[in-house]
Amino acid sequence: MTARQITLDTTVNGRALSLSVEPEALLLDVLCERLGLTGSKRSCDVQVCGACTVLLDGLPVSACSVLAYEARGRRVLTIEGLARDERLHPVQEAFLATAGFQCGFCTPGMIMAVKALLDDSPSATPEDVREHLRGNICRCTGYASILAAVAVAQRALADGAAG
Amino acid sequence: MLPPFEIHQPVTAAEAVALRARFGEAGALYAGGSELLLAMKEGLGGFAHLIDVKTIAGLAGLTLAPDGRAVTIGAAVTHRTLERSPLVRERLPLVAEMARQVANARVRAVGTLGGNLCFAEPHSDPPTALLVHGARVALAGASGARRLPLADFLVGPYESALGPDEILTHVDVPLPPARAAGAYLKFGMHERPTVGVAVLLVPDEHRAALAEARVAVGCVGPVATRLPAVESALAGARLADLEAGWPDAARAGEALDAVSDLHGSADYKRAMAGVFVGRALALAARRARS
Repeated sequence: MTARQITLDTTVNGRALSLSVEPEALLLDVLCERLGLTGSKRSCDVQVCGACTVLLDGLPVSACSVLAYEARGRRVLTIEGLARDERLHPVQEAFLATAGFQCGFCTPGMIMAVKALLDDSPSATPEDVREHLRGNICRCTGYASILAAVAVAQRALADGAAG
Repeated sequence: MLPPFEIHQPVTAAEAVALRARFGEAGALYAGGSELLLAMKEGLGGFAHLIDVKTIAGLAGLTLAPDGRAVTIGAAVTHRTLERSPLVRERLPLVAEMARQVANARVRAVGTLGGNLCFAEPHSDPPTALLVHGARVALAGASGARRLPLADFLVGPYESALGPDEILTHVDVPLPPARAAGAYLKFGMHERPTVGVAVLLVPDEHRAALAEARVAVGCVGPVATRLPAVESALAGARLADLEAGWPDAARAGEALDAVSDLHGSADYKRAMAGVFVGRALALAARRARS
């Protein structure tokens, strides 16, 4: 541990961790390179595309542009932390059901963004959903199947599926 | 990738001020990082020390001022908090409407009002909406505290009146007069807006004509600005007429100091400013009548 390194006590996908990191380490790099959680993607690197979306204490953030330092004492949730045992999260199931992806690169961030919205606002209107997903770019689907996935997930969660 | 730096965690404004003085140009104030870290990734700044203002007690406060006439917003309050705060939604609905439109949900979750104002990126939403409220910023420095109108704090692109040993502690936003109604509209083709327009209309007691109009335009020039000539021209206008469309709106942007850039030519921005001033006036007039 060099003099500049800081101790990062955090919780990632329910697991308490104590890591030594550089102050300038970005959350995405710690997730991908230190913890092997490669689901979150680096793409635009400037908080526009949403491919790196993870939840920090439940709020969506761009892991590419947030310091790992900001995760101290907080809970990080990535796409790898959504499934329970072998059972996918209802939002993941919904994306499968509607084929809400094509190349799949935006999908982890898209799913985390949708989870953040529905945790906060389960009965979000189609207009709310479109507004929220303006911050997540998909260049394959044209969004129709993604919006359909959100509607399917909303119904499943309302019917009691464990989110 | 970011260059190496150290992070400092002051717990009082005085400590932050002392760190500013100690590090000089090698130090940068750091809050949400939504502007600073992107610039540093591009190799700009070269800061060896980041001073995290979020660890300062009280900078995340959001309260009604003791005299009940203004809302005091701590510099570290996020756009998301502004968007959702019942106090802001109820007492400063125009500010909540603006905050809801900042960038995207991820930026709103980490980006702060203080960081936004100090970074002074011209293509930005908050200054425009705050200008029509007559907001004032509060600064703490080595030689004491001072307050100044936001209009005087905004100096130019990426330039504010913040001194080298000062920090922004909070923003005081006076409550709009009784019966006032506003609107914030923006337009753009990229992630940052080409034009942002804030309008605050104060109707007379019959809700028929204007007692006062405040109009501000942001993003088109070096800094967001009020349009005093447009405000004067609107004096006494009837709300029903504004709702139907103000004929002079098309020329409202003519006097703007517009800059040609990625977001459009200066002429285009002046034209769009007129279009959106007209739409914002119509929307605010409809809200003021109901």
